[in-house]
Amino acid sequence: MEKSLKKYFPVFVLPTLIAFVIAFVIPFIMGIYLSFTKFTTVTDSKWVGIKNYVTAFSNKDFLHALIFTTYFAVISVVSINILAFLVAYFLTRGIKGSYFFRTLFFMPNLIGGIVLGYIWQVIFNGVLYRFDMTLTSNAQNGFWGLVILMNWQMIGYMMVIYIAGFQNIPRDLIDAAKVDGVTPLTAMRHVTLPLMMPSITINLFLTLTNSFKLFDQNLALTAGAPAKQTQMLALDIYNTFYSRMGWEGVGQAKAVIFFIIVAAISLTQLYLTRRKEVDA
Amino acid sequence: MKKVKSVFVSALAMLMAISAFTGCTSSSTNASSAASSAAASQESSAASSAKEIYFLNFKPEIADKYTAIADEYKQKTGVTVKVVTAASGTYEQTLKSEIAKADAPTIFQINGPVGYSNWKDYCADLSNTKLYSYLSAKNLAIKDGDGVYGIPYAIEGYGIIYNDAIMKKYFALSDKKTTVSSAEEIKNFDTLKTVVEDMQAKKDKLGIKGVFAATSLKKGEDWRWQTHLANIPFYYEFKEKDANANTISTGLAQSEVEFKYAPNFKNIFDLYLNNSSTDKKLLGSKSVNDSMAEFALGQVAMVQNGDWAWATVSSQKGNVVKSEDVKFMPIYTGMSGEEKQGICIGTENYFAINSKVSKEKQDASADFLDWLFSSTEGKKHIAELGFIAPFNTFSDSEMPTDPLCKAVLTWQNKTDVTNVEWTFGSFPSQNFKDTFGADLLQYAQGNETWEDVVNSVKDTWKSEKANSNS
Repeated sequence: MEKSLKKYFPVFVLPTLIAFVIAFVIPFIMGIYLSFTKFTTVTDSKWVGIKNYVTAFSNKDFLHALIFTTYFAVISVVSINILAFLVAYFLTRGIKGSYFFRTLFFMPNLIGGIVLGYIWQVIFNGVLYRFDMTLTSNAQNGFWGLVILMNWQMIGYMMVIYIAGFQNIPRDLIDAAKVDGVTPLTAMRHVTLPLMMPSITINLFLTLTNSFKLFDQNLALTAGAPAKQTQMLALDIYNTFYSRMGWEGVGQAKAVIFFIIVAAISLTQLYLTRRKEVDA
Repeated sequence: MKKVKSVFVSALAMLMAISAFTGCTSSSTNASSAASSAAASQESSAASSAKEIYFLNFKPEIADKYTAIADEYKQKTGVTVKVVTAASGTYEQTLKSEIAKADAPTIFQINGPVGYSNWKDYCADLSNTKLYSYLSAKNLAIKDGDGVYGIPYAIEGYGIIYNDAIMKKYFALSDKKTTVSSAEEIKNFDTLKTVVEDMQAKKDKLGIKGVFAATSLKKGEDWRWQTHLANIPFYYEFKEKDANANTISTGLAQSEVEFKYAPNFKNIFDLYLNNSSTDKKLLGSKSVNDSMAEFALGQVAMVQNGDWAWATVSSQKGNVVKSEDVKFMPIYTGMSGEEKQGICIGTENYFAINSKVSKEKQDASADFLDWLFSSTEGKKHIAELGFIAPFNTFSDSEMPTDPLCKAVLTWQNKTDVTNVEWTFGSFPSQNFKDTFGADLLQYAQGNETWEDVVNSVKDTWKSEKANSNS
């Protein structure tokens, strides 16, 4: 086994590995290198040490984006997961038309972020016009717009994972609990939830990282307006890199910081929720 | 574990390879590795002149016409012109990624002295090109020392575009509150204000939704205010500092600005906001195209924009504006002596040739530009593109014929007025303009006071200047 594994390793893994190295490892390492340099084009750079990091941390747009993104992530992770869980719960009760609704709820996830952003921009503005407002009248409008958009898009996906989780719970465990006379709420709390932990882990991970990395929807819906108040981290990095000459290195430094933050948060979350996972 | 280790080792090897690669390119001074390899392949094919050049186009609205030009040039000379067009508002980022490629643009565009300082390392000296020799006013070019690095190719003008049909209708009203009887007689801000406010009050009678088209303040659609309108107060401020110098060079030398004529900016900006088709709280969702559509459909009488806007107006479905009714009025802001002020005429379109591609490609690029601006076929295309080309190869009859371009030429030749220069070429950075635009939106929505806007403009100018110098 070990031997054949070794023998076929290059055949099966090498193509993917090469693709991975070209499309991920090289840009990643280059990116880290570039964050310590001053450059306009990526092939022509000059070492400047940690200056870019100092500028990034003293940049109030970046700090504002970090706070805004954190708020957004907290609200949307909680709302998406609760709603997706509820939808999944009801769609596994054997209600008529469950399959139809499952498909329907999943559909928004198939549309790209930019398209969604523009469509929702029109919808939101259409509604807000009645109150003499637009999405960019104040930061709250943009914030809740993003939350609603993100919920609409992500709930379907998370729902599918929760449904799979529900279907994996052995029927007899619930039945046994019923025989013991527990209320449905207690059954949920002590039987269903612990068994659902693997789905919860993966869903929290997906929603958390996606909320932090949100870019397309942000760009299309508000583009940071008014006055960069609804600009999230990814968009801030993009704008620093592309719309400010001489700030490419700072944008790169911000991207590295961004990576560290997202990695740290999601790994912590994985560790914490994994501990709660049990076997049926 | 072993595999993890081997992945790690290969990653490390990659890192070393990359650092060696970047180290080598950054230490080479005169040519990038891409350029030298391009040169090498040129030599090996033993061609005396380049067979392909690459033109990175700035104006998406005329992308098709450029492709047609490229086809014609290929038939004539056998040289392929690769035309790539950057999507609206993304020129800088497209250029940034394209120029790093081995097949880099040979002709690209810079937007003025500030653009030049960003792309200095890539701009070839054009002082020996034929195109430069055609330039009718040599002081328009971007120079640095003895070298010429950017050649302007289109003169443009902007002001308040008005629909004379609606204006005539207003001036024919018996109960108008003003003494003037035609739009040409509006010569200062006070008259303009009286006329506009009276028109706004009578908008139903005139069959319009408002006097001015929406003041588009959506992000990326606010350049008519943070760049073009802002030009006027800064023009006067810099002119006062040095009356004889070009206001762009005066502006470039300022590390701080007073924004002394901010009240004048406010005058006209408030007039736009308060006498418009659109409630000012809703402007954050309006784009330039929305405004131009309103104008084309006859829903508004005036819109601030430039000669390039004719293409949008005339191609608008349901356009009711006749070409003989479209005219320019200077943007009056209540400056003393503004009766003699003209419209804003200048350029922010400069050709540059990439100095890091092979010599053959640079020459072929210069030849292409020469052909485009001096041959009969080329000049015909330029006129069709609606460019007022500042070259002595063009006779008056070869100038574009659309009404707004003609109006610009008329204003340019007037002797009793002084046309305003495009001082905004001296604005420190795109970020300065974007911040200004965002503040204007906040002001229009009532989230910021005018003082906030003024202070923000002054602070951003200062900080952006400090940044660009470091």
